[in-house]
Amino acid sequence: MKSVLAASTAVMLAAPAMAEPQAEVLHWWTSGGEAKSVAVLQEQFGAEGGTWTDMPVAGGGGDAAMTALRARVLAGNAPTAVQLKGPAIQEWYEETGLADIGAVAEENGWADVLPEQIAEHMKCEGEWCAAPVNVHRVNWIWGNKQILDEHGIEMPTTWDEFNAAAEKLQAAGVTPLAHGGQSWQDATVFEAVVLGLGGPEFFQQALVDLDPEALTSDTMKQAFDEMRTIRGYVDDNFSGRDWNLATAMVMNGEAAFQIMGDWAKGEFLAAGKEPGTDFVCAPTPGEGFLYNVDSFAFFEVDGQDKQDGQALLAKLIMGPDFQKTFNLNKGSIPARTDVALDEFDDCAMQSNKDMNEDAADGSLLPSYAHGMALRGAPAGAITDVVTAHFNSDMSSEDAVQQLADAVANAM
Amino acid sequence: MEWLERNVPKLVLAPSFVAILIFVYGFIAWTAWISLTKSRLMPKYEIDGFGQFERLFAAPRWDVAMNNLFIFGGLFIVISMVIGLLLAIFLDQKIRAEGVLRTVYLYPMALSLIVTGTAWKWILNPGLGIQETVRGWGFESFTFDWLIKPEMAIYTVVLAAVWQASGFVMALFLAGLRSVDTEIIRAAQVDGIPNHRIYSAIIIPTMAPIFLSAFIVLAHLAIKAFDLVIALTNGGPGYSTDLPATYMYAMAFSRGDLGQAASSAMVMMGVIFAIVVPYLYSELRPRRDH
Amino acid sequence: MTTNTLLRWGLYAVLILFAAFYLMPLFVMLTTSLKSLEEIRTGGLLSLPREITFAPWAEAWSTACAGTQCEGLRPFFWNSVLMAVPAVAISTVVGALNGYVFAQWQFRGANLFFAAILFGCFIPFQVVLLPMAQALGFLGLAGSIPGLIFVHVIYGIGFTTLFFRNYYVTIPQELVRAAKVDGAGFFRIFFAIFLPISLPIITVSVIWQFTQIWNDFLFGVSFSGPGSQPVTVALNNIVNSTTGVKAYNVDMAAAIIAALPTLLVYVVAGKYFIRGLTAGSVKG
Repeated sequence: MKSVLAASTAVMLAAPAMAEPQAEVLHWWTSGGEAKSVAVLQEQFGAEGGTWTDMPVAGGGGDAAMTALRARVLAGNAPTAVQLKGPAIQEWYEETGLADIGAVAEENGWADVLPEQIAEHMKCEGEWCAAPVNVHRVNWIWGNKQILDEHGIEMPTTWDEFNAAAEKLQAAGVTPLAHGGQSWQDATVFEAVVLGLGGPEFFQQALVDLDPEALTSDTMKQAFDEMRTIRGYVDDNFSGRDWNLATAMVMNGEAAFQIMGDWAKGEFLAAGKEPGTDFVCAPTPGEGFLYNVDSFAFFEVDGQDKQDGQALLAKLIMGPDFQKTFNLNKGSIPARTDVALDEFDDCAMQSNKDMNEDAADGSLLPSYAHGMALRGAPAGAITDVVTAHFNSDMSSEDAVQQLADAVANAM
Repeated sequence: MEWLERNVPKLVLAPSFVAILIFVYGFIAWTAWISLTKSRLMPKYEIDGFGQFERLFAAPRWDVAMNNLFIFGGLFIVISMVIGLLLAIFLDQKIRAEGVLRTVYLYPMALSLIVTGTAWKWILNPGLGIQETVRGWGFESFTFDWLIKPEMAIYTVVLAAVWQASGFVMALFLAGLRSVDTEIIRAAQVDGIPNHRIYSAIIIPTMAPIFLSAFIVLAHLAIKAFDLVIALTNGGPGYSTDLPATYMYAMAFSRGDLGQAASSAMVMMGVIFAIVVPYLYSELRPRRDH
Repeated sequence: MTTNTLLRWGLYAVLILFAAFYLMPLFVMLTTSLKSLEEIRTGGLLSLPREITFAPWAEAWSTACAGTQCEGLRPFFWNSVLMAVPAVAISTVVGALNGYVFAQWQFRGANLFFAAILFGCFIPFQVVLLPMAQALGFLGLAGSIPGLIFVHVIYGIGFTTLFFRNYYVTIPQELVRAAKVDGAGFFRIFFAIFLPISLPIITVSVIWQFTQIWNDFLFGVSFSGPGSQPVTVALNNIVNSTTGVKAYNVDMAAAIIAALPTLLVYVVAGKYFIRGLTAGSVKG
């Protein structure tokens, strides 16, 4: 009871009567480990006297949930809390307004425990309006240890090394790269290549600031050239393959590498594989850290009970306890930098170390492929070009031109 | 009282009239309005002009989607009709276990594609499905890899759509065959007219209205085809299997580009209008004094 | 005689080949649902299960997580029933009355209105999502089962009206004229003459509407609230895992379970369906 009071002193003091905190939470973590992770939050919420109403909507990486959200907002009953991430938070803020959770953030000292770049994502016009749950690193490359050892291959640190390794594997009859030909997976590989070849500064110019010069630069052409090369390293049947089936290929020794975010680790672990002995994780070749941060935003709602619910939920989401349990389940690392990582695996530790180092030198960057860098329209326009190029024989020159046109058309 | 008596038919229709007016035509008007605005995440109502349509026609992806609609729609309707008619005629030959076969042909219509899509994806995937299985039987050179060929992938969507709807068309045609006057057929048989001639010259021509009914059901499914693409290819490889409905949905709901979605919806409505209105005209005209 | 037998064999061969084509996805779903996850991960996706397990079915029905609620599909089944039964009933009744008017009580402008209703059948549902959300909010029906029923009735009456009109139009107008001379009114004639012969077309309408409404996902996901989500939305929640492990066996079992009511309707009522269509709905 004490902690409830502490959680929302600002709100509670003004409240004439004590109401039970209420929250209706719209999210798309509905299945398996993800659902269990949210259930932890629900449990904590209940333990603090709150009533949690679950509103799960899965599908299309949140597309269906966003459809439901629009319908709810238009019907005039926005949910109290919504899983929302990246620039979409600010976009919604501009269109409908979001609740200010500054009081909770101040009280719990969020500013001191979040990397600055990530904290920025949680603010609307300088005020806190969202709470981060985790940090996924997107630019990972996963390798099958046995295959790599057999062919004497180290995890590549440059794209040239990667290409050399891939040629060697291919010559030996091994599929070098397990890939699923879905547009978001194409985009995931593409942004890793852009980051690796162009460096963090170029990535920022091209895929965050959308600088037309960067988009049509030679570096961008090289990135498309590399994509064409990579196209030669995947097996024939990659089209439409789910990412987890690609992971299974690495696991079963049908392919050597996969480029995928750290949720792939969950697949390895679920199959009882050990990091370091069965599979290896390494950042994709080049400098930098691409993050995908999941977060919850809060719509403006009437009623003390609901507002209390928002405050309590925000506090719990950022609580060290939840951050640890949740991320152990999900394969990501806590957004808070002060959570002890003893129980996390080596890949997560490395992720955390890199995040802190890269945050200092400006190479901690938002993932464009996972909706952290750009709003929906330009991000989608870029993905259209990337996936069209990857799945056809479009030249790199045409690709950069289309890229610039598509971005201009989407603004 | 007498007024009431006279106007009962109109009063019965009134609620439907109001509902259709608001929820179909009112909403089309709403969409038309939005297509002229710069709406992004949520609807905005300031008119801005035809900018959204210019953007739409400048997008290569929209070209692909429209082309696909014609390829998909045309093939889907024709193939479903041909298979439907063929199966209906075959089933009409006093087949044993007709009931079982009919149910087997019909059941796909009962399933939603949310997960049938996954099964189809596996079946069509060359490394997992038919190709692999047939090669496993010893036909090493057998190839069936449409799913992964951008220029062929739309045909896999046709295949799955035909799978779903052709049984239903079969049911329509079978019903039609059964309702043809048996006297005429018997008379023809007595006259020694061969079976295929009886079908082509006597039975099929009398089923013209069924072709139209089948057409309206199939056209409706083709235009609304959405789940199918999402489940099977999600528009890929690249965006080679995008359809107008999936384009519109992507713009409206995953990209926060509502104005763009509305403009694509208006073009779609135009296509529907062009196809359906002539049908309605031909269907309703002669029955005036029936 | 021999060519005839040969033809007969060919006929059966073609029919069975098609049956195999239609059954293939169901076969894949069924076999996958009976395998363990381990076997799916290591073995071929299309092979027969080495060891049959019913655990995925149990999980899909009662323990799979669809959100934080891990009670499988069971609780959502009832929502779908509560939604589908009234929606099917209302849209069928409205369609029957509408069809009766269009077929037998022609008035000026009736054909135009009928055309307008039919055109409404073609409207892509993605178009109406947002204005409908606003309308439901205005009517106070947002996020509830009555709201879903409302939406399904509105967009169902086009087809039901079409079915009934095409069926009733084959009944000679002299019949109605004679009844009118005898002093029978609009509803008397409907209940005494039309309703008793309507069973086949009611079957058609019910099957069609039930399939459409039960399988609907788009309206279900947009217009339901907590506690009123239909089974398709729950199914989607179970099978979709963005960044987690995919349990294909449970997915497939859940998909088959969610489809059982419509499958059952087709298997049981399929015969009447054909009969209903034969009875005149498609005669135009």
